[in-house]
Amino acid sequence: MTAVPTILDERFRAAAAAEGLLDVAYDLLEDTPVGPLLVGVSDQGLCRVSFDPEPEAELERLARDFGPRVLRTPTALDRVHRELDEYFAGRRHAFDLELDLRATPEFHRRVLAELSRVEYGHTTTYGTLAAQVGAPRAARAVGTVMNRNPLPIVLPCHRVVGANGSLTGYGGGLDRKEWLLRLEGALL
Amino acid sequence: MARTGIPPFEVFYESHRAEVLAFLRRRAGRERADDLFQETFLRALRAYDRLEHGEHLRAWVLTIAGNAAIDEARRERPTAELAVEPAGEDERPAVEELAPLTDDLPPKERAAVVLRYGYDLDYDTIGAALGSNEQAARQAASAGVRRLRKEKEQR
Repeated sequence: MTAVPTILDERFRAAAAAEGLLDVAYDLLEDTPVGPLLVGVSDQGLCRVSFDPEPEAELERLARDFGPRVLRTPTALDRVHRELDEYFAGRRHAFDLELDLRATPEFHRRVLAELSRVEYGHTTTYGTLAAQVGAPRAARAVGTVMNRNPLPIVLPCHRVVGANGSLTGYGGGLDRKEWLLRLEGALL
Repeated sequence: MARTGIPPFEVFYESHRAEVLAFLRRRAGRERADDLFQETFLRALRAYDRLEHGEHLRAWVLTIAGNAAIDEARRERPTAELAVEPAGEDERPAVEELAPLTDDLPPKERAAVVLRYGYDLDYDTIGAALGSNEQAARQAASAGVRRLRKEKEQR
């Protein structure tokens, strides 16, 4: 089999992104402090952050949610990569990225909008968020929203804890939640 | 949004890129194949979200590659009449049943006929895949069909 030279491959990927032909440009960040991450952007903004990605299944989901033109295109993710690096280094406290939540149901978007107001180094509770979206009894539903958050870290579901202060759960695993809260100084 | 059986473009690209490059090197030489490689997959990408199904993607992309090579050769030698190169068994860029019937058509007409009737693509998609437009694709397909009819009558 003819191996495709790296330079040809990279040139095509960059041209595809530069021509604006992609539904989702994504990259795999193999080496972050919270393990491998898959990040994706659409023409509207950041549309996916995934822990421990299984690329095959993840690409299918992206195609289903945003369209089939899904291509690994590191050059298109430079800004996301940089902001995440700065965050992990403790130098960035808020992300300055457009977000694409069009594949997320309306109730989820409302909860995530409230979540986005929880500041770096602070925590809130499932019940508080539920009350803030006008559904005070929906703490459990808020838990589901957190669990399906398409943009963890950037939409900081790690800052949501149980009413008694316990970490409760995290889509990416409790170890990561703890690490992120320690990074932000919210846990000692 | 995702239609039945159409893989994410990354999966499609990874499955076919080596074969497309090998095909283009045989067809156009090592040097020109590099540019044609990018042109082929950009054309495929432009048409990709309009595909109706994910069948015959290998033949589809080889057809696009063949046409990119023809277009490029035309630009290089605009006055030369290009012979239709009979494709070898392993590189026949068309749906198996239709290909032998269309072997004698001019390249553009052949591609339009194969993509329209072999792959069931709409003219908009075919135009994008051939690097032209819907109207040109429609004209090429209908000219191809007319030519096939005529050949059949003469036999």
